[in-house]
Amino acid sequence: MKLHEFQAKAVLASAGIPIPEGRPTATPEDAAAAASKLGLPVVVKAQVHVGGRGKAGGIKLAKTADEARAHAKAILGMDIKGLRVEKLYVERAARIAKELYLGVTLDRDRRRPVVMLSTVGGMEIEEVAASDPEKIARGWPNPLLGFLPFEARALCVDADVPAAQRAGVAEIAMKLYRVYAGTDAMLAEINPLFIQEDGSLLAGDAKLELDDNALYRQADLAKLKEVGKDEEAEERARALGFSYVQLDGDVGIIGNGAGLVMGTLDAVRNAGGHAANFLDVGGGARESVVKAALEIVLSNPRVKSVLINIFGGITRGDEVAKGILAVLRDSKPRVPLVIRLSGTEAEAGRKLLEGAPLVSRATMDEAAEEAVRLAGGAGAEPPRRAGDGLTGAKLQ
Amino acid sequence: MSVLLGKKTRVLVQGMGREGSAHARRMIDYGTSVVAGTAPGAGGTKREGVPIFETVAQAIAATEANASIIFVPAAGLMDAALEAIDSELDLVIAITEGAPVQDMLKVVAVLETSRSTLIGPNCPGAITPGECKMGIMPGENFSAGPIGFVSRSGTLTYEIADLLTKAGLGQTTCLGIGGDPVIGLPTPDAVRLLNEDPATEAIVIVGEIGGSAEERAAEYMRAFGKKPAVAFIAGRSAPPGKRMGHAGAIVSGSQGTAESKVAAFESAGIPVANAPSEIPALVKEALAGR
Repeated sequence: MKLHEFQAKAVLASAGIPIPEGRPTATPEDAAAAASKLGLPVVVKAQVHVGGRGKAGGIKLAKTADEARAHAKAILGMDIKGLRVEKLYVERAARIAKELYLGVTLDRDRRRPVVMLSTVGGMEIEEVAASDPEKIARGWPNPLLGFLPFEARALCVDADVPAAQRAGVAEIAMKLYRVYAGTDAMLAEINPLFIQEDGSLLAGDAKLELDDNALYRQADLAKLKEVGKDEEAEERARALGFSYVQLDGDVGIIGNGAGLVMGTLDAVRNAGGHAANFLDVGGGARESVVKAALEIVLSNPRVKSVLINIFGGITRGDEVAKGILAVLRDSKPRVPLVIRLSGTEAEAGRKLLEGAPLVSRATMDEAAEEAVRLAGGAGAEPPRRAGDGLTGAKLQ
Repeated sequence: MSVLLGKKTRVLVQGMGREGSAHARRMIDYGTSVVAGTAPGAGGTKREGVPIFETVAQAIAATEANASIIFVPAAGLMDAALEAIDSELDLVIAITEGAPVQDMLKVVAVLETSRSTLIGPNCPGAITPGECKMGIMPGENFSAGPIGFVSRSGTLTYEIADLLTKAGLGQTTCLGIGGDPVIGLPTPDAVRLLNEDPATEAIVIVGEIGGSAEERAAEYMRAFGKKPAVAFIAGRSAPPGKRMGHAGAIVSGSQGTAESKVAAFESAGIPVANAPSEIPALVKEALAGR
């Protein structure tokens, strides 16, 4: 789960990290009023859950309240990487002398949190990692002890932070680590961290992404969850207990087990087609779950055929077959269905499905080929949707 | 021969609730020696014929259990895993799905200073066919033989085990290590165990997008490999930035791509199957070419 900049900054402020004075707004009038209140100049910033807002024109400096109003008008409703801007944050402009990068995330290889600091600020950390890898200093705190003062000092020395700011940056790094651990974050990032002309430090931007598995114990932050238009189907699936990811192709996919579903998407690609989605119904799926899964997949207008790939373990082939028959009884699906049942009670399942209006295949490869053929055959690469690709400096 | 679990494994089931009890029954039916269970408030009773205890320490004292399998809900996983590690069990397998990453980071920090091996969480478990099943996999898809098998997936593991079994390629031990970003036995460590197992003649490595465990496993095999290996990577068609079901299955920027994993295996001389169905033939070729 991602937080907006203004929400993340509120969390940082409550941890004692200095942030610019600012106000969230949603109208040009409010933006102008906020500008007058905060003191000029101000920065008007789009609040959307993607990186690269500045480059997209979603962050503008205003020297007068009128300018703030005009910028707000231009930014509200703007499309940034497929997301519509509906909220703004108006913030007093900093007097910037230098920009740093500071972030905490997961190092999967080391199985430790990693604190990263660089004097190359304002760029995505992945770009810095590619262009100036030696300019990123890293520390790997023991999660049982936290990020210790000596580790934070060493990080500042390694990153070549100016001597006058070392103690201050070390302090902020330790506070940011506490935010990371305390909010169950996957990423806590201040980029840029400003050194102002007077030498003081200020968090210029803030990113906080939380671990979905830990939201049950982050009740206050969990309330801030926003479901984007493109995430509605995924959210509906989550509520039903299975995971769904919308993709760009036209072959709908249902399977049991994340690895098997990924393998099924790959089989569709091997057959020259493109999957419309990832959908894992999980273990032991019953009739009602299979029915709900099929409805979600069919709600995507791009779907031209559906491939159901079940390898029964705990999940029984006959139960899955009953679920499909229940769907077929209620209404005839608008596209052809291809099913591959294997494992526990697969034989019984196939028997139940005999005579039903669907195609049954013995193996995953054959079923994928048939589903691709029924969707209209192998096609060219579908256009990438805006918003795909990099979504920030996640290094987990 | 096998790694981590076999005839001498005496299993404690942590969390003998509905799911834990159902799987305890299936493990017993397979022939696993399930000697104890824990369930809060149920100490002194029996479930599925297995004596239930309040604590892991009590269970070990009474039954000499040397391994545990955990079925507790996600919010209780850290505590259950730490309790098992604290009791110095040889092997701890966490089936539980949905554990917070911060919890697993703490568990792993303790694990690194302990003598226990942890498999999972979010995994199907491990099986030494014909000897011991500690997991939720359907036993009939597996058979005894010379192939070591490590996988980050669940159902896909059953599918591939079934393909191997039908091709006459039985397995020494199959390790389903789990789909989370932080796990107890990452791919390179699991591969090392199988590489050092004298009974294992070839290794099947099933990875998926996310992280760089497969790359490190390929590096390890390039340097220390004693036997042939065959790999498969799930998620080659997954777009970046999308979490594909498993918490750990995500391409982040340039990290964790299938291309990088495939290239790492190929440059280490390990053939990579394009589909699970190709795996048995590649294994046979690898065994013939030794």
